[in-house]
Amino acid sequence: MTAIGTDLARRDGTVKVTGTATYAYEAPVERPAYAHPVQATIARGRIRDIEIEDAETLDGVLTVLTPDNAERLADTDDKELAVLQSDEVAFRGQLVGVVVAETSEVAREAAGLVRVTYDEAEHDAELATERGSYVPEQLNAGYPTESAQGDVDAAMASAETTIERTYTTAMYHNNPLEPHTTTALWDGDSLTLWDSTQGVHPLRSTIAPIFGLDEERVRVICPYVGGGFGSKGTAHANVTLATLAARAVPGRPVRLALTRQQMFSLAGYRTPTIQRMRLAADADGRLSAIAIDVVEQTSRIKEYAEQTGTPTRIMYAAENRSVTHRLVPLDVPVPSWMRAPGDCPGMFGPEVAMDELAERLGVDPIELRIRNEPSVDPDTGKPFSSRNLVACLLAGADRFDWADRDLRPGVRRSGDWLVGTGVAASTYPVHRMPASTAVIRREAGRYVVEIGAADLGTGTWTTLPQIAADALDVPVSDVEVRIGDTRYPMASVAGGSSGMTTWGSAVVEAARAFRDKFGQDPADGDEADGSVGPADEDHAMHAFGAQFVEAHVHADTGELRVPRLLGVFAAGRIINPRTARSQFIGGMTMGLSMALHEHSVLDPRTGHVVNHDLAEYHVSVNADVTDVEATWIDEHDPYVNAMGSKGIGEIGIVGTAAAVSNAVWHATGVRVRDLPITLDKVLAALP
Amino acid sequence: MRPFTYQAPADAASAVRAVTRDPTAVFLGGGTNLVDHLKLGILDPGLVVDVTGLASVEITDLGGGALRVGAGVPNSDLAADPLVRERFPVLSQALLAGASGQLRNMATTGGNPLQRTRCVYFQDVTTPCNKREPGSGCSAIGGWTRNHAILGASAHCIATHPSDLAVALAALDAEVRVLGQDGERVIPFTDLHRLPGDHPEHDTVLGHGDLITAIDLPARPIARRSAYRKVRDRASYAFALVSVAAAVEVDGGVVRDARIAFGGVAHKPWRAYRAEEALRGATAADDSYRAAADAELADAVAQDGLDGGNAFKIPLLRRTLVATLRDLAREDA
Repeated sequence: MTAIGTDLARRDGTVKVTGTATYAYEAPVERPAYAHPVQATIARGRIRDIEIEDAETLDGVLTVLTPDNAERLADTDDKELAVLQSDEVAFRGQLVGVVVAETSEVAREAAGLVRVTYDEAEHDAELATERGSYVPEQLNAGYPTESAQGDVDAAMASAETTIERTYTTAMYHNNPLEPHTTTALWDGDSLTLWDSTQGVHPLRSTIAPIFGLDEERVRVICPYVGGGFGSKGTAHANVTLATLAARAVPGRPVRLALTRQQMFSLAGYRTPTIQRMRLAADADGRLSAIAIDVVEQTSRIKEYAEQTGTPTRIMYAAENRSVTHRLVPLDVPVPSWMRAPGDCPGMFGPEVAMDELAERLGVDPIELRIRNEPSVDPDTGKPFSSRNLVACLLAGADRFDWADRDLRPGVRRSGDWLVGTGVAASTYPVHRMPASTAVIRREAGRYVVEIGAADLGTGTWTTLPQIAADALDVPVSDVEVRIGDTRYPMASVAGGSSGMTTWGSAVVEAARAFRDKFGQDPADGDEADGSVGPADEDHAMHAFGAQFVEAHVHADTGELRVPRLLGVFAAGRIINPRTARSQFIGGMTMGLSMALHEHSVLDPRTGHVVNHDLAEYHVSVNADVTDVEATWIDEHDPYVNAMGSKGIGEIGIVGTAAAVSNAVWHATGVRVRDLPITLDKVLAALP
Repeated sequence: MRPFTYQAPADAASAVRAVTRDPTAVFLGGGTNLVDHLKLGILDPGLVVDVTGLASVEITDLGGGALRVGAGVPNSDLAADPLVRERFPVLSQALLAGASGQLRNMATTGGNPLQRTRCVYFQDVTTPCNKREPGSGCSAIGGWTRNHAILGASAHCIATHPSDLAVALAALDAEVRVLGQDGERVIPFTDLHRLPGDHPEHDTVLGHGDLITAIDLPARPIARRSAYRKVRDRASYAFALVSVAAAVEVDGGVVRDARIAFGGVAHKPWRAYRAEEALRGATAADDSYRAAADAELADAVAQDGLDGGNAFKIPLLRRTLVATLRDLAREDA
């Protein structure tokens, strides 16, 4: 029996549930001081004056830093990270100061005593299609901004059926349970950062040049992360601030934990998107054109271009195709990664539009998707390394009793509730980062694998040993893995669902090198390393899935409930069914939350998110999440990597919101094209 | 956080004296709202007077169907009390519709009705708010108004009262026993909270130093058939968009009497006297319930704002009232 595919409990489970796992804020340091930020209360303008005397003279305050007295950073190219370097304010909530004190309470009180006056300028914080926009050079992850094949306008003009609709997704905040936290310790010109991060090495590469340091002088440690969902994938301003604060109090380590409210302006978010969809089809539903035009926001100080249109490039066959993106620069915090950037918002419009086309034609929405299944990647013309969307749709249909489904909307009732079902497809690309190295060493009769990888609750502590065990052909209990420290070989970010492909490939290479060098009977201290190789260039590589939703809408009040959610995924070989299931249902739950609840309310008058806590920024609670089931089909893909696995951290959130919207339509006859789906949007159509 | 002095007096009179003579003093009950306010910087008390050790935690049967609930009775105990569940099911249901198990264990009967609005602008010290800082302006008007009032608002404040318990108490003709520096007095629960008018900084008619010692529930046989219906944006752990506390007596297909209050729609729990009046003697049917809702909502005013404002709350409240009355009457038949 191989270790891969075995249902193993998490190796880090016990220390987490017993509270002994040390997180970044709990790093074992002597005499820590505590930092508390001061944030701008205008959305655009200049600081006229900062009075810090009241704060400085408060008992227990060690120092107060502002743009007037903070050290000049060596590299200020990244305007998000160049904190306290200028008197310009580019968004409300921007860092304009920091207090360092003996306790977090004193630091917080003193931060409230810092008086900042501004010369306020007019700001614009409201996304709309008519705002001035531009075409970015490229999208996040390097995707091209625009792509076109054929003539969509001509196909729309001559088609038997067309759908042309605009869909919107809201602004979302990642909101991991553990806030963004750092403990920073300077020792001369050497820096140690305990930081809640999705990648110790990428964080080091970002922070070292800002402080003019060689990377060797910086150590980043992060064994455990209390969730990140992308918001800890890149360094945010809080890391620079903590590091800056620590340098100002020599000999003292400094701890900084953002409050929940501060996370809403400093830790990234998903841009709202406006998606204009066009579909052209013949009477049988075969698409002749598919097009998406995306408008979304970025900040003025740093560009972030969500790749919202990318899934439309690969999902369905159609001769005429077009994808465009435009960015509206606003006086807002910097958008960033959030679980399945691009694919998550970008499968809302298209997958509801497909349901609208199915409705128009009177065709079953699964059958419609099957009729438009491409034989090769319609974007590149390359063959898929594996593509089992249809198998997922059919397997899900079987489990969901889809065959008996009445296509008509608004005709089913269970007591006071209107009942409907809906389906949507999921997809996520197989990403491989260019560099990561693992070392394997024989220690005390065991095999120790070291790599600077991260476990955000995703299962890395448990799954990397499984990969190593099979590659070494030993029992998994003989393998120990060490991760989350820049002392170990360089590893890429836990992002883009690339972790297992990238780090796993490095581990397999290291195991091969180890066996080649030392054979089956190595001595203590024998060690070898291996690095991830280049990705296959000849295939289009994506995971696929299908999500099924049963939605209930209260006939009197419009209250929405989703009593059943089923996901069927085709994601290559599953390394560990237990941690995989957790990833899938976690993603689907977050997708449900996006469908019904999540919505950062940015007040354009002030430029800040006004529902900036978990009481008012609603995420689905247990009572909303009833029956969530995830399963997968057996998929063999020899091209993706040595394990045959595809990333699974993000696909679960892709398509869920569309499936919910489609089910709400089936229940009520109301198409909700603007997320979140709230009761006020269906109220007028209720009996 | 700013330092403050903490006192835990032995009796209620001492607590009232301590708070009365110090304008910066506050009472501490369960602390489920006060502690939030300390963290958010909304409150900066010099003295915190802990009344948890002296407040009554007794629910007393006053005979004839009436109950007295000590101000210190935790929300969870009140919700679970067999006499409350039998005589005033609306009260138990309202409590269980609010907050979470942990919060209900901490929150008290006296403190719950005194919790303050969850208006996001009130809770954010960087935005103007007439309730927090009189005269600074109302940021909610023209802002995010989803959780704001459609009844009884003023040009200075459109906040809503967040308590579910208070809505049930308003419907039940409860009375509040208050100890002040001049002794004890009794206030009808419906007079405890006020509309914002020109002074939204005052949520209630209580003076500084007034302490709620108990809440009395008079005998109301009608309340044995009562219900609380809360409509919110998620299935649990959210404040009401609208809520309805109702008790109905139906006999021979005719509504004999009714008690109705609304939550989530006004600066105070909104006793729906006009709806009650419209229902008395009416046929127990949807048309009557709609007419009752229309009578009460004739003066409702929607707030413009982000995401379309809160106009949806008017039809939502109408539909929720009709559904609640229909269910109760069905039960009664």
